[in-house]
Amino acid sequence: MSQKNSSYGEWILKYRFLVLSLITAVTLIAATGAQFLYFDNDYRVFFGKENPQLKAFEQIQQTYTKIDNVNFAVDPISGKANAPEVLAAVEELTDIAWQLPFSIRVDSLSNYQHTEVEGDDLIVRDLYTDAMSMSADEQALVDNVSTTEPALAGKIHDKQHRATSVNATIQMPGKNADEVAIVAAAARKMAAEIEAKHNVKIRLGGVIFLNNAFLESSMLDMATLVPAMYLVILIVAYLLLRSIMATFLVLLVVVPSIIVAMGAGGWMGIGLTPPSASAPTIITTLAVADSIHLLVSMFNRMRAGHSQRDSLLYSIRINGKPIFLTSLTTALGFLSMNFSDSPPFHDLGNVTAIGVMAAWIFSIVLLPILISFVPLKSKATLANLDDKMGKLGVYVASRYKSVLTASVIISVSVLSLIPLNEINDDFVKYFDESVQYRQDTDWISHNLTGVNQVQFSLTAGESNGVSDPVFIEKVSNFTAWAQNEPVVTHVQSISDTYKRLNRDLNAGDPAFYKVPDSRELAAQYLLLYELSLPFGLDLNNQLDISKSSTQVIVTIEDMTTNELRAWIARAESYLADELEFNLTAVGPTVMFAYISERNIQSMLLGTLVAVLLISGVILIALRDVRLGIISLIPNLLPAALAFGLWGLLVGQVNMAVAVVAGMALGVVVDDSVHFLSKYQIARRELKLSAHDAVISAFKGVGTALVVTTLILTAGFAILAQSTFGVNSNMAMLTGIALVIALIADMTLLPALLIALDKDKKEPVRVMAAKEAPQNA
Amino acid sequence: MKLAIATMFVAIASAVMTTAAFASPEKGREIAIEADGRDKGFGDSTAQITMILMDKYGQSTERAIRNRTFEGDKEGDKSLVIFDSPGDVRGTAFLSHTKKADSDDQWLYLPALKRVKRIASSNKAGPFMGSEFSYEDIASQEVEKYTYNYLRDEKLNGLDCFVVEYDPVDPKSGYKRQIVWMDKAEYRVHKIDFYDRKDALLKTLTYEDYNQYLDKFWRSNRLVMINHQTGKKTELMFADWKLQTGMTERDFEKSALKRTR
Repeated sequence: MSQKNSSYGEWILKYRFLVLSLITAVTLIAATGAQFLYFDNDYRVFFGKENPQLKAFEQIQQTYTKIDNVNFAVDPISGKANAPEVLAAVEELTDIAWQLPFSIRVDSLSNYQHTEVEGDDLIVRDLYTDAMSMSADEQALVDNVSTTEPALAGKIHDKQHRATSVNATIQMPGKNADEVAIVAAAARKMAAEIEAKHNVKIRLGGVIFLNNAFLESSMLDMATLVPAMYLVILIVAYLLLRSIMATFLVLLVVVPSIIVAMGAGGWMGIGLTPPSASAPTIITTLAVADSIHLLVSMFNRMRAGHSQRDSLLYSIRINGKPIFLTSLTTALGFLSMNFSDSPPFHDLGNVTAIGVMAAWIFSIVLLPILISFVPLKSKATLANLDDKMGKLGVYVASRYKSVLTASVIISVSVLSLIPLNEINDDFVKYFDESVQYRQDTDWISHNLTGVNQVQFSLTAGESNGVSDPVFIEKVSNFTAWAQNEPVVTHVQSISDTYKRLNRDLNAGDPAFYKVPDSRELAAQYLLLYELSLPFGLDLNNQLDISKSSTQVIVTIEDMTTNELRAWIARAESYLADELEFNLTAVGPTVMFAYISERNIQSMLLGTLVAVLLISGVILIALRDVRLGIISLIPNLLPAALAFGLWGLLVGQVNMAVAVVAGMALGVVVDDSVHFLSKYQIARRELKLSAHDAVISAFKGVGTALVVTTLILTAGFAILAQSTFGVNSNMAMLTGIALVIALIADMTLLPALLIALDKDKKEPVRVMAAKEAPQNA
Repeated sequence: MKLAIATMFVAIASAVMTTAAFASPEKGREIAIEADGRDKGFGDSTAQITMILMDKYGQSTERAIRNRTFEGDKEGDKSLVIFDSPGDVRGTAFLSHTKKADSDDQWLYLPALKRVKRIASSNKAGPFMGSEFSYEDIASQEVEKYTYNYLRDEKLNGLDCFVVEYDPVDPKSGYKRQIVWMDKAEYRVHKIDFYDRKDALLKTLTYEDYNQYLDKFWRSNRLVMINHQTGKKTELMFADWKLQTGMTERDFEKSALKRTR
């Protein structure tokens, strides 16, 4: 083994120019794939093609006008939202909103179609025009209609006049990736135009700005986290290596790893989403550990008086296997993300896995060649830590029983905290308060209307059946039920339209605010109403084209996904039990309400596969079943303990929870691989007892473990600063797992080894007796 | 070489001049007046119409209506639409009197209410019966409702056509402009592209299967309207065109609506 490795090192150095040009060529080819990268800014990417909630939602999107929208919420700043100057702003905004790219419909107070009856004349007109010169009567009409009309109050306009809005429905052609950015930029320009002319502030919400937030969050993260990551790496690498040149070499390994990974991602056709956009940060973190291991070993050897070339060859020989193993297990951990129900995690997993393997090749091929070109000076690095590690080893080894007992007690109590976690996928809260979308949407939900829309498609069962009074009565019952729910801020329902028409066509008599008596009457009212509507304001947002079904859209205030699921279940059972409608609620909110559950289910298998594969790799590498099984405990425990601590400290977790286990496993396993391979060498080659081999392993890799954990934790701490909550949850949980893993590998693992690996095969070994124990 | 450059220059200059000469509001208006004039004298017409609504995903639904039109003289045409299906609106009748300058007058007879309601609204761009046609698309096309710009000549389906831009005068129109293809021989409209208020292509209407009646008047049997933004489509299938049937203006009065069958 050692022979092969040393000859590999020499071979690489002998053909360094050839290898260098080859590796440069491959890197460049991979890099050209980067041109195919694009930002995928549709929240729907988080749902796989087979996701049942997505399928149900798309079915509804095919039946009714899509709900993609830009919501211009008008904040009156001072005064009330029904003041003439605010209404004037709404009027102008309504007019220019038709110019928004891909807009197909605009709804606001000013273009609300108010109906009045004079004799046999049905007057249909805009609620108001020319706001600044309205009479007192006209103002009173606006005040009344805006707070009582079901289509407006609690949706378009706040009943307390704290806010009003202009809602533009957008039909994206879906031909270019930059459509969202185009609409968002145009909407911002319009908002700025209105703000400059009127004393109002425009808050921008809606699906377009949700999608745009994914885009801007990815871009912001790439612009801030990646540079921060590099800064940390440069500092850490310099502190550890005390050499500017060596630090620079580390950078030369890290950068091409990212280029290859992202380039390969481009070739695979992935779109950048907040999770996949965090790949460069993660790759940097993982790549830097490889080269630091190699350089630290080399410097240590040089300090012992060996030449740079010999030290390099030595370092390659002793680090080759662990670096390969840790890269492989990390890659496997990330590849487990392919089991996730959310495609962006497939991309993150695949790109990171490629990056990790590229980093392995660059560390083991490029770095030695680069080192061969430059003379490096070895300065005092972290040698003094090795002694302390040795002492720690002695301490742990001598008290392994107490360590075991303490580990069991701590683990069990922390594990019992896991149920404290509540899963919550409030997609608005995925974005932290620094993101404009979050600020604006929070304002909208406090002052205007909820952001959670749940759509219920009620089917009459026959063409034009929506005008059947029995059906309308059922829709009306559901509408009344929903309106009575304390969490509901608005219900959009066709039954309100029928009732309003019935009243208006009966001379405005409030007694007629009820479902029309006959199907013919209802159908003819609706026909009359449709004939009177202006451009864009058709009924396809509520009725399908054959008028056989209608969708009721319920707007709900901010709540956790658990509460939301419970509410949806109640609504569905009310519909089934009381009204005999068997249907499932749909909508983006509903999709997110189930995303964690689905991801956890799919990732259970993914994580299991990762555990089996990674353990398999360790088993093959160590060629020792007992060690392999022992290693499972400190490898699996950290992620579980991290969830326990999280339950105690934070309590709320999003869909990141599903992918963390597999990913953390791949990363934390590195520590135990390093520890076990050193332990095994001590057992097999030096024929030490388990007790002494543990101490030897502490001396050999203790420093490296601390250093690696330090680098990795720093990396994940930076990713934890992501503006996107799924990334920051994922990074924080992994970071906690890393620290726990370090502790476990320095306490629980050695204690387990001494307890379980005792007197292993000792009788078989003839040479064993000759070995004198090191500790007296 | 010099000759080549000179030729090229002349070619470019003449191309620029021709284009400038061709794009003409006057010529556009003349074409519209000629088209209007060629249809003068049809008196009245009736037709059966099947309306087929289709969405992007192939779901479709049908409606049956009858149309009666009375040719206007000083003012625009008067038209009556009678709904035959779906059953719950059978017998509903929609009467409109097109005005050359003002908003059109519109009445609806509701048999379930046994009353005639006047629709007092300047809206005319909303969908007609949930279709991709708006009232403004199917109302009679009076010359005064647009300003014109002749753009170019172009062949369409083998026919020499004028291509004319129609700009709606009414600010309540759903369109910024319409591009109309009209054949030079008979001044029949073959295609219209509708651009919405943000000047994005919204719909395309094609007229197919023209037949000539009374050796003079052309009527299309099939109109297909495609909405490019939503992917929805509406077909109007005409049958049983009859012209100069002898209806009188009294048949198109508000008071006649209740009696209409």
